[in-house]
Parts: sequence; C-alpha cells; structure tokens
Amino acid sequence: MSEYTLDTTGLLCPLPVIRTQDRARTLAPGDVLVVHCTDPGALNDIPAWCRINGHQVLETVDGDNEVKITLRIGAID
Amino acid sequence: MHYTGWFQEQPQLAAARCHHELSGLVEFVPMKRALNEHCPAPRRAVALISGGLDSMLAALVVQAQGVHVEGLNFFTGFCVEGHTHAIRSTRQKMPRRNNALWVAEQLGMRLHIIDVIEEYKDVLLKPRHGYGANLNPCLDCKSFMVGKARQWLEQNGFDFIITGEVVGQRPMSQRRDTLPVVARESGAHDLLLRPLCARLQPPTLPEREGWVDRERLYGFSGRSRKPQMALAAEYGIEEYAQPAGGCCFLTDASYASKLRDLWQARGEKRYELDDIMLLKVGRHLRPRPHFKLIVARDAGETRYLQGYRGHFAHLEMTSHGGPLTLIEGEVAAGDFELAARIAARFGQGRNADSVSFRAVMADGSERLLSVVPLSPNQVPRDWYV
Repeated sequence: MSEYTLDTTGLLCPLPVIRTQDRARTLAPGDVLVVHCTDPGALNDIPAWCRINGHQVLETVDGDNEVKITLRIGAID
Repeated sequence: MHYTGWFQEQPQLAAARCHHELSGLVEFVPMKRALNEHCPAPRRAVALISGGLDSMLAALVVQAQGVHVEGLNFFTGFCVEGHTHAIRSTRQKMPRRNNALWVAEQLGMRLHIIDVIEEYKDVLLKPRHGYGANLNPCLDCKSFMVGKARQWLEQNGFDFIITGEVVGQRPMSQRRDTLPVVARESGAHDLLLRPLCARLQPPTLPEREGWVDRERLYGFSGRSRKPQMALAAEYGIEEYAQPAGGCCFLTDASYASKLRDLWQARGEKRYELDDIMLLKVGRHLRPRPHFKLIVARDAGETRYLQGYRGHFAHLEMTSHGGPLTLIEGEVAAGDFELAARIAARFGQGRNADSVSFRAVMADGSERLLSVVPLSPNQVPRDWYV
C-alpha cells in the first residue's frame, strides 16, 4: 500500500472528480490518494464519488484557499 | 457497497437493488451473452445521467424492474454546474454539488464521469444538424453522447442504453422525427431505450426480449413537466435539480454571444478549455478588436481569475478596492491606459479623480499607472460582449 498525491488546483467541478476517478483506476485497493483542490465543491463531490464507488474518505481539510481530501482506494475500481 | 438515500426507504426497490449487487459479482460476459436458465444474471443497462429529473426517473424506472443500472455523465466543458455559479460570492448559497453525482447517490448506482472535452470540439465546431436558438448543437450532441454510451456498453459488457428523452420535450433533439436520428447516428439503434416515452416508440430490443416490461414504461410527450413531477412524487422523490434545458451554457444567449466574439476575434472557430471556462466568469468588454477585458464581478470571481494571472496581461487596482481585470489579446503598452480607465469604472474609485493600477504585461514586466475613470456614457453598450 502506497500513498499518492493528486493536484487538481485551479480546476472546477467536475474535473477534480474526473481526475480523481482516472487516478484511482491506476491504484491498488488499500492505496491512499491525497487530492488537492481549490474548488470548494470538491468537498461534497469527491466524498460522494467515493461513497458510490466503494472508496473510503479518510480525511477532509477545508483550508483558506485549498481543500485536501484523503481517500483510501476500495476494491471496486 | 453502502447505499444511502432514497433507495433505503423503498423496500420493494431495495430488493431489486440487492439483485443488482449480484451483477457486480458476475463474471464478465459479452453484450449478447446467453441467459442461464436456472439463475439468470440481471441485465445491465447504462443510463445517461445529466443530473436533472428526466434522466433520474428514466434510470429509476428501469432499476425498479430489477435491471442493474450504472450511470454515465459526460463533461464537455459547457456543463452548467452549481460550482460554476458558486465562483461568484453572491451565489454561494447555491448547493455546491454535482447533480449527476447526487442523483447517482440517491439511486444507489455507480456513476462514471467522462471527460469528452477534446472530442466534443468536433460536435460544436462542425454540427451536421446545425445549431439551435444559440450555439447549442443539441441533435449532434445527443447522438454523440449516445454513441459514446454505446462504445462504453460494448467495452464493459452491458446490454442496453437508457436516456431520459421525452417526445416533444425539446425543440431540436427530442422531436418525434429526430429521436430516430439519435438512435441511428449514435449506432445504438434498438439498444436505446427511452423509458419515459417508450410506449410512444416502436419496441426496442430490451422490450422485445423481455429484459424490461414495456407495460411498466411510460408514454410521456410534450413540454409539460407535470407527468415527470407526478412520477417523481409517486416514487417519493421530493428533491431534484431544476429540469430540462438549463444544463448547458451553449443554450444561453449571453454565453453564446461571448463564444461568437471569441471566434471572431481569433478569425477561426477554435477553443481550449480555459477559453470556455473564462467565458463563464466576469464582465467581458471588447473596446478594440485586438483585445478584450474580463472584469471580475465580485471577490469570488477575482479569486478565480487570480489563477490566470500568469497567462494574461492584467490590471490590479491599488488605490481603491476593485476587481481584478484580465486583458486577453495582443495588447500594446498604449492600450493599457484605455483598459485601466474602463476597469476603474468597476471599482470603488469610479467617482474619484484618479485611480491607480499595477499593470502587468503577459511577459511579467510591470508598471504603475494612474488614470481617470471613464464615465458610464463613455463606455458604449457595444463594448459589452
């Protein structure tokens, strides 16, 4: 199990979700992905995407100018 | 998988949902797989999910018949999303959610969001069937998306495609004479099921094969939303995104005008993603053919445009509170004064004798300048794009 980061800063919905989805496909179950975003909507959308696709949100951080979402890849993708 | 929302409160459909779960365990089989007579795997359908009510109901109606449904959502770059509106500070009470994801979660189904930005350029720039009232190539767009769904279906071993189309709902792509065009040009043919108006159409393969019960599909037609709202109420759905027509910027007259201006200024129909995103933000004024200003309308837009400072010449107001202004085009040093006088109109110093700016050229070089703001009648209406 490894940890990876994904930079989606500057992208608006739904691109942070698409980039997360595409990156998740390349990872193995149990891997951790830390996604950095500037679109605050990602705080809703990436967790929603995780719930319907079997991934686990470990942490969300809503900073002043950046949102950070840490997720663990599930077994489905 | 953990399902939340509406499905948990609908026992009869939750049972169907459990049946769907099995399909996730079924070994991959091609589209035309034979049914096992003793334990038939549930049929699998892929639904185009826009995030609006019609596509939500279409997927739900088929789910309710025990079919495993997964959603597809295509991102063209022109999709209207709450987040785009939420760039503006004044609109931050709007729900910050992707409606397609929200629908998928309500229905307990997987959603695949697909980036079609590059491929979509051909659809928009060279539509075989032309444009609607603005720059909306609705018929080509629908055929393109159903065609992409057909490709996805073939790659993933699904059985048929679902859309939320209703006969007569939309003036271009959802007419009695254009629905067959979508089926034909997408290559989906009779694998395309439109559950909300299926009873008004010839039976499709899923109906003829008994994968779905035609009697439990619908015959909606026309522009009225009442039948869909009644069906939603029947299913106990109280919340849904505003339906039909509002999901694409290309149907918006103001947006279309800005896109036409972009093409005219470039001398050709061409765009990149950043171009079309910036058309959604700020006031756009073109005082001279060779440059355009994008003036943020509030702090939220200024914050968003700040991300583009490295790519554009821009003006930052230093003497007063005011918006960030990007300058797009081959701007010469002499153009900065006019640009600054216009930008000064939109800051707190609009009535001051002088407003100061830090002007940054596209190459990063800077200079300070002070200007007299233009008065309202010095900004001709036709400068506004």
